Amino acid sequence: MPKMNLSHFEAAVLFALVTSIVLGLVTKRTDRERVRYGLQCFGYFMLATFGLSWLMYLGHG
Amino acid sequence: MAETSNTANAHLPPIGKWAPALALAWVVPGGGHFLLKRSGRGAVLFASVAAMFLLGLMMRGAMFQPQTGDILTTVIYVGGFLSNLAAGLFYFVTIWLGYNQPDIAGHVHDYGTKFLVGAGLLNVLAMVDAFDIAVGNKD
Repeated sequence: MPKMNLSHFEAAVLFALVTSIVLGLVTKRTDRERVRYGLQCFGYFMLATFGLSWLMYLGHG
Repeated sequence: MAETSNTANAHLPPIGKWAPALALAWVVPGGGHFLLKRSGRGAVLFASVAAMFLLGLMMRGAMFQPQTGDILTTVIYVGGFLSNLAAGLFYFVTIWLGYNQPDIAGHVHDYGTKFLVGAGLLNVLAMVDAFDIAVGNKD
């Protein structure tokens, strides 16, 4: 099994991507709603990633 | 309270209708959906759980062993173990092949551990979805 070395950002994006796909798939009833909700979840994940990253950067001084 | 519980049980279809789908959904991620003739959704769920689990392995994440102690230790280690177990076949094959990564410092290993737990939790969502389809709560 090859070993992967990912940055924090890459790992967070991959996690957000896979989780958003599953959340979209299991929570909504039509394909259109699933795609929309999946994209919405991914957007929120990214927003949280950037928001918390800036918060930690600024909080660290 | 007891009345509420009895009412809930009265509405639950016979176990034979949903148990096979639920069990297969646990052992093979997406398998419950395949059994219920939702192949497209089953394939996407299988691919998602597999991707999450394999990324966790490639990042050399650690598997949890159940430990008890203070409440936080119990929640983290028993919860982590159950989440790993929820990945079904992926977990059993990995353990059977001798994967035994110690929990070492480093953000990549740490993410790997979370990806392995995340794969199990995504499969729990897939199991709940398969159950809902089997009992008729969903299309």
